[in-house]
Amino acid sequence: MHRLYLIPTLLINVVIIFIPAALTIALAFCRWDGIGMPVFIGLANFRQLLADRVFWMALGNNVIWTAIFLTVPIAMGLLAATMMLIARRGSSFFQVVYFLPMVIATAITARVWQGMIYSPLTGIAGLVTRAGFPVPNPLTQPSTALYGIAIVDLWHWWGFLCVIFFAALRQVPQEQIEAARIEGASFWQMLRYVLLPGIRPTITLMMIMTIIWSFLVFDFVYILTQGGPAFSSEVLSTLAYRSAFYDLAVGKAAAVAVVISLFGLATTAVYIRLQAKEFDQ
Amino acid sequence: MRLIESRTTFVLTYTALAILLLITLFPIALLVLNSLKPATQIVQSPLAWPEVYRWDNFVRAWNDARFGTTMLNSAMLAALTIVLVCSTGSLTAYVLARRKIKSWKIVTFYLLATTTAPIQLFLFPLYFGFAKLGLINNVFAVSLIYTAIYSPFAVMLLRTYFLAVPKELEEAALIDGATHWQVFSKVMLPIVSPGILTVALIIGLYSWNEFLVATTFLQRTDRLTAVVSFFLLSGQYTSDWGEIMAAALIIVLPVIVLFIALQRRFIEGMAGGSVKG
Repeated sequence: MHRLYLIPTLLINVVIIFIPAALTIALAFCRWDGIGMPVFIGLANFRQLLADRVFWMALGNNVIWTAIFLTVPIAMGLLAATMMLIARRGSSFFQVVYFLPMVIATAITARVWQGMIYSPLTGIAGLVTRAGFPVPNPLTQPSTALYGIAIVDLWHWWGFLCVIFFAALRQVPQEQIEAARIEGASFWQMLRYVLLPGIRPTITLMMIMTIIWSFLVFDFVYILTQGGPAFSSEVLSTLAYRSAFYDLAVGKAAAVAVVISLFGLATTAVYIRLQAKEFDQ
Repeated sequence: MRLIESRTTFVLTYTALAILLLITLFPIALLVLNSLKPATQIVQSPLAWPEVYRWDNFVRAWNDARFGTTMLNSAMLAALTIVLVCSTGSLTAYVLARRKIKSWKIVTFYLLATTTAPIQLFLFPLYFGFAKLGLINNVFAVSLIYTAIYSPFAVMLLRTYFLAVPKELEEAALIDGATHWQVFSKVMLPIVSPGILTVALIIGLYSWNEFLVATTFLQRTDRLTAVVSFFLLSGQYTSDWGEIMAAALIIVLPVIVLFIALQRRFIEGMAGGSVKG
């Protein structure tokens, strides 16, 4: 009887996600332009990828991206959350402001940074350059394009982590904090020995989600540089998107999507194990 | 009660928090400030106060981005998605929270796994399939895609609300002769309605802001969403940054007002689910 309740959710999910995902895996072994009949070509798509400089560049950029987002925003979020715990007064105000970038559409955040900050003509970079301190537009230099995009995503993202960590910190038992305080713990000691161990499950979960999300990053790259200049900021998701819709190499795109998923899958296995523990409690 | 007694720590803390506050607000301030300026003044300095208030930036942005049509598309898309996610999601969340079926664990894990699947894993066959069926530029079809993508999140959030309802309530209703459907619709749904409202707000926000799926599946000019229309306006049709920032403000303002008015719901809904871990 109650089985029927699941039908709408599962039906939509299977039709939109499961079946097309299965087809994508099949297409990864085919050559297909999206119109005619797919032709089975075995592992040729994957072999081509392994020989493709752009694929390795994109993969490398995803790894750099993961490294940046595993450290910078998590450190910023933890620090700010701890400081909010110390400040107490005004913490809910800080929390709302830090969270604000999360509710702004990525397309808009991207354009504001592009035009108002990075642009040599209309942005802060241009203003500083005209004042005699030349600042190049990071998005147009192959060596800095990826970092230019990462800064925008960091601005958008770190407040979310801060709010999550703050919520977790408030659940650390008061007696432990009180005991450390009476013993005269400094800020760093409090952080290192009381607060961080107290919210370790939350930090672990956020790190796992960060790895998964880092391999999915698309919007900011696609809007800010489209993977350029000269593929210097290409990531796997933009490579797949461009292959499918610009080059009509759907088989290659599917192969890239499968590679992204493999990275996700490994991390997801860990994630589901953690969730399973919670469900059993 | 204070965490740490030292006065210097206290001052340093507030200074650091204030600096982060400025970093967060600076780009938003630039957005608002420059939406009121003529393009020529932005080129001189994006920081300067407007010499003249160019309110007509908003009029031109509204017309060039066809917000009359595209905002309506976005609103319809968000409304459809909210209805679909809330109705299907609450049914599933109830069954999973109460473990009404033996396979609840498998279903839960399956839904969790799909939240981590990259969109690219199902995007391409979906696009070419929809193209064959004539479903490109169809707002309802896109709302189905959003429903598939967002409902696992909605189910997990609603599940916690159902878990908080005491089992005795259900048992009492059943003893009084209510059917299973009446227990769900007349007893459970009203109790978890705050949760459904939270889910509706967040799903509405996500679909209002979504870019990748909207830009792929809604391409005809009269079917664009507001965000995609803004993206095209700023990328191709104009280099007047006053107008572009005005268009941005038109899309962002209702969101920010709603967020500030209902901040606790948004923050608890978007961030709360992850804390329990």
